Amino acid sequence: MPDSPIRFLQGNEVLADAALYAGLKFFAGYPITPSTETAERLSYLLPRVGGKFIQMEDELSSMCAIIGASLTGLKAMTATSGPGFSLMQEAIGYAVMAEIPCVIADVQRGGPSTGLPTRVSQGDVMQARWGTHGDHSIITLTASNHQDMFTMTVEAFNLAETFRTPVILLFDEVLAHMREKVTIPEKDEIPIVDRLVTSVPRGTDYHPYFPREDGRLPMSDFGGSHRYNVTGLFHDMWGFPTDKPDVVNELMHHLVNKIENRVSIIQRYKEYHIDDAETLLISYGSAARSARHIMEDRRKVGMNIGMLELQTLWPFPRQLVQEKTKNAKYIVVVEMNMGQIENEVRASVNHSDSVYLANRVDGQLITPTDIKNFLRIIHGRGI
Amino acid sequence: MSSMTQYLRTRFMPHIWCPGCGHGIVLSGLLRAIDALGLEKNDIVIVSGIGCSSRLQGYVDFHTMHTLHGRALAFATGVKFGRPELKIIVPMGDGDALAIGGNHFIHAARRNIDLTAIVMNNNIYGMTGGQFSPMTDTGKKATTAPDGTIDRPFDTVSIATAAGATFIARTTTYHVHQMIQILKKAIVHRGFSVVEILSQCPTYYGRKNNAGSAVDMMNWFKDNTYKLGTKTAEEAGEMKALGIFIEKDEPEYCDRYKTIIQKVGSP
Repeated sequence: MPDSPIRFLQGNEVLADAALYAGLKFFAGYPITPSTETAERLSYLLPRVGGKFIQMEDELSSMCAIIGASLTGLKAMTATSGPGFSLMQEAIGYAVMAEIPCVIADVQRGGPSTGLPTRVSQGDVMQARWGTHGDHSIITLTASNHQDMFTMTVEAFNLAETFRTPVILLFDEVLAHMREKVTIPEKDEIPIVDRLVTSVPRGTDYHPYFPREDGRLPMSDFGGSHRYNVTGLFHDMWGFPTDKPDVVNELMHHLVNKIENRVSIIQRYKEYHIDDAETLLISYGSAARSARHIMEDRRKVGMNIGMLELQTLWPFPRQLVQEKTKNAKYIVVVEMNMGQIENEVRASVNHSDSVYLANRVDGQLITPTDIKNFLRIIHGRGI
Repeated sequence: MSSMTQYLRTRFMPHIWCPGCGHGIVLSGLLRAIDALGLEKNDIVIVSGIGCSSRLQGYVDFHTMHTLHGRALAFATGVKFGRPELKIIVPMGDGDALAIGGNHFIHAARRNIDLTAIVMNNNIYGMTGGQFSPMTDTGKKATTAPDGTIDRPFDTVSIATAAGATFIARTTTYHVHQMIQILKKAIVHRGFSVVEILSQCPTYYGRKNNAGSAVDMMNWFKDNTYKLGTKTAEEAGEMKALGIFIEKDEPEYCDRYKTIIQKVGSP
């Protein structure tokens, strides 16, 4: 049988395979439902393709280990779920501050606390944004099907390298555990961004935090040609701690602006029937599967309904949402939490009183029928 | 012996340590050990956590990484596993290594990954102003134990032994020649090595416990320690043994992974 690029995979396996496609060379993790299969698959595959897998003693150390490994020049990732994601937050802040590329996949389950380990949720949207302390910006991507999971995973590695930042992949239990068809892209079909390495020769002073003209910061593999310092403290261009107000101010603005000023480059989304949509669904992740289903279904009976599927959640694409919602009378955010993206949408649109939440928070996937029932209420047609 | 200043980033000095602090003696001993071994600066990585001890990393001209409180060994594991050819030295304080970082300490030891952990034990949290640590003896005073701590202290050597470290030693800032010899062996040792160095904090521990000046505290190290194997437990009493407790060859973690890669990796 010829080697077909078509696979029938579980979402956690897609994540593993896509990460390898993107150039993953180092994975550190700790088992947690519903993300564990990614670690299992990578423990098998990584040593077979010249990479490294290590099972750490907890999520704190997993996050620290991928930062250390990334610094040595390896593309690095961890995968976890809500409770583990909470434990990683301090070190995610370190990666933000020290500007170390890495990818963190959070396969969402019900929370808070141990919550619903085997059930779906989208309750970590704000944890992805603000989980670590202090002002910062962060990139967070998501997807609603396995093909897009593959693409977004590769994009996550690309964005991490481009912006020297941790990137969060916010998947969920339904996506991670279901199986569906995915076509593995050919080599180079999705462009891969490799580490930008400094051209400063060995023996010459290298400044790890001195930007090029285009604002990017070339790296030097830690332990290699150049000796420099890395710290989680505010630092100067040498990577040395400082509390000089002008240096601190400049670094804070750099860390936030390098992402917030490039929303249009980072935003990924899909749109369906926006032009004539009186009712516009905004959704993401596995909830977007049901939203799209009911949209197609209602259009068949003549409803002017469209959909905006968000794949970049952070930085939140405010201008995009404002633009796409300007003609809609009913803006319905479909998500499996108490309104975490709804609040962002409300802050982005021209008329916030036209924003509605269609949600489900009982550990079950929101169904097309659930959304249909919300629409009946929103449209004033009773239950 | 060549000049130690070649290893220092003097333009980032003066250092932050208080007058009389033992940590500068540890820094000096470490540089002399590295110098005696003839190691290349480019082959050495220092990964530290947070605390007075962990500022050591900034003053030395190696590859240096200042990480999070308690997590130095976890970051160091990533660096070492990513690039096994490097010599990685991890200076930590007593809180860093055995309170917030205790879990990483025992698991790094269990894996026998080739890191040199230096526990600079001054029995106190210095950076935050003198709170008791898991190494503070019961009854001693600290800013969070104004009536004396009721906690029992850890023994670094016992924990490292139970966790499986393959090189374990203890010395003090008084015994600098022994310190240099031990550090040399610990750095060369292939596997997880632990060197506990008793270090004085006259500013907080000393003042809170009427331990006198830095010199008095170092004399206390001299008078209350003995060479391992020269006293019975009965004779030793409360005195602490100094020397190398364990030094054994066991498979190292990165080497073991290499054998897996050789077995299953693509040619």
